[in-house]
Amino acid sequence: MLKLIGVSKIFAGNTINEKLALNDVSLSLAEGDFVTLVGSNGAGKSTLLNVIAGVFPPDGGRIFLDERDITDLPEYQRAGAIGRVFQNPLQGTAANMTVEENLVMAWKRGQRRGLRKAIHFKERAWFQEELKKLGLGLEDRLTAKVGLLSGGQRQALTLLMATLTRPQLLLLDEHTASLDPRTAEVVLNLTCQIVNEQKLTTIMVTHNLEQALTVGTRTVMMHEGKVVLDIQGAERKRMSVLDLMNLFEKNSGTSLKSDRVLLAAK
Amino acid sequence: MLDALTGTLEQGLLFALMVLGVYLTFRILDFADLTVDGSFTLGGAIAASIIFAGGNPWLATVVALCGGLLAGAVTGILNTTFRITPLLSGILTMTGLYSINLRVMGRANISLLRADTVITRFTSALHLDPAYGTVVLGLIVVGLVGVALYLFLKTEIGLALQATGDNEQMIRALGVNTDRMKLLGLALSNGMVSLSGALVAQNQQFADAGMGIGMIIAGLASVIIGEALIGTTTLRRTIIAVVCGSVIYRGVLALVLRLGLAPTDFKLLTALIVIVALASPQVKAWWQKGKQRQKGVSPDA
Repeated sequence: MLKLIGVSKIFAGNTINEKLALNDVSLSLAEGDFVTLVGSNGAGKSTLLNVIAGVFPPDGGRIFLDERDITDLPEYQRAGAIGRVFQNPLQGTAANMTVEENLVMAWKRGQRRGLRKAIHFKERAWFQEELKKLGLGLEDRLTAKVGLLSGGQRQALTLLMATLTRPQLLLLDEHTASLDPRTAEVVLNLTCQIVNEQKLTTIMVTHNLEQALTVGTRTVMMHEGKVVLDIQGAERKRMSVLDLMNLFEKNSGTSLKSDRVLLAAK
Repeated sequence: MLDALTGTLEQGLLFALMVLGVYLTFRILDFADLTVDGSFTLGGAIAASIIFAGGNPWLATVVALCGGLLAGAVTGILNTTFRITPLLSGILTMTGLYSINLRVMGRANISLLRADTVITRFTSALHLDPAYGTVVLGLIVVGLVGVALYLFLKTEIGLALQATGDNEQMIRALGVNTDRMKLLGLALSNGMVSLSGALVAQNQQFADAGMGIGMIIAGLASVIIGEALIGTTTLRRTIIAVVCGSVIYRGVLALVLRLGLAPTDFKLLTALIVIVALASPQVKAWWQKGKQRQKGVSPDA
C-alpha cells in the first residue's frame, strides 16, 4: 500500500544548523494498517508525514503508494489519494468560507475542477447527513462561515473533509493535541469510528504513549530521524506504556525522563 | 448640480470595474497587486491607439481587456514560477508597462476628441440622450461584470480561487494547484482593470501615460469605503458594496473639488483616506487600552 525505501531529508544542508530530519527511513504499510507514530520532539514524525504528502521532496529514497512511485509528484497531485488533518484546527479549513463550501471543495479532492456551479441541492442534503454523524450540530450551520466555529468543531469538520472521498491514505498530525481534553476525546473517537468504517490506511502522530498502544493496529516509534520500534499484533498487545518507554530508551540510547513523552503518558 | 451627479455616477461606474479587479486580488486572493497602475493605463493606451487609428471601438475595448489579462499573467508568472514576492512582481510589471504604454501610444497622450467611441456608438444606437449614455452603458457593463464575477466565484474553480487566498495550504492539500489559481486571479483582475481604463479613456476622450498613477490606492480606498458602509456578510453583498464604494469615492472627490481643493491634491487625499481606514483598528485598540487604564482595569483581567 504505502512503501518508503531509504527516505532521508536534510534541513539547512551544508550549514552549521544542518539537521538530518529523516535518516534512511524504510517503512511499509499494508492495506488497512492504522499506525500510531510516536517519538520525542524533533524525532522526524511531522517531517515524515510532510514528505509522504509531498509538502517538500525527500533528499534521498523513494516513496510508493499502491505500487505507484509518487516521489517526484507535487503535493497537489498526490492530494487525490491522501487525506490530511493538521495539529492546528485553523490549518485544515478556510475560515472565510462557509461549511458547505469547505465540504464541496473537499468532495472535489484531486478531481478536475471546472466552471460548474459548485453546490447543488443534492450535495447539500448529503453533507447534512454526513455532518449529523459528527454529532456536533453542524448540520444546521451549512451556510455559517467556518471562522465562527470552535476549534473542536473545525477539527471535526477537517476530519470529515479529509475522509469524505475515502482517501487511500489518511495522515493525522497530532490532530487532537491543541484541543481541550474532552473535545480531544470526541475527535479521537470520531477518528476511530471513521477509520474503522471506511477501513482506511492511516498514520496518526501522537504524543500520548497510552494512545499509541490502545488506538490503531500498529505502533511505530521514531528517534532522531530513524524508526527505532515497529510493533503490531500480539507483541503490541503485551506491551505496556512502561515497557514502551523502556524499549524506547534501550533503542535510542537516551533517557526519556525529562521528555514531554513522559508527561503525556501520565 | 445634476451635471455633477451624473458625472460622479459615470466616473464611479467606469472606475468600478477597476475596483472589482482590485477587490479580486487584494481581498479574495490576498495578493497586494501593484500591476494595476500599469494595466489601467495599458487599457486606455490600447483602446485610444486603435480608435485613433480608425479601428472599431468595441474591438479596441476587447483588445484592451486582453492586454490587461496578459499583464496580470506576467505578474502571476513572476510570482509563481520565479518566486518573486507579490509586491515586487507587481512593481516590476508596472514599471515595464510604463515603457510599453508609451510604445503602444507612440507619444505621451492621445486625444479622442470627436472620435467614434463605444460611448458615442452606444448612445446613438439606442437613441439615448448623450448626457445619460455613459451612465446607462456603465450600469450595463458593471452589472454584467459584477454578476459574472459572482457566478464565477461560486463555481468549482471559483471556490478553489477563494480558498487560495483564504488558506493556501489547505486547498493545496485538497489537490488544487494554487500557483495556477493565483495566475488566473491576477489575469482576470487586471483584465477588469484594463477594461476600466479603456472605458475611462473613451469617456474622458483622451489617454495619457500617467492616467494610472495612484490607481491601486484609489481602488483600495473604494473597496474599504464600500465594505465599511455596506458590509461584507455575503459575497453578493460585498460585490455590490465594492461597486457602491467606487461611486461614493468619486462623489467624495467631486465634493472636495467643489469645496475648492486643487485636483492635484486628490492623490494625497486618497492616500489619507486609506491610511485612516487601515489605521483605525489600531487606533481604536490604543483608545480602548487607554480607557481601561484610566479605570484602573488591567487589559489582562
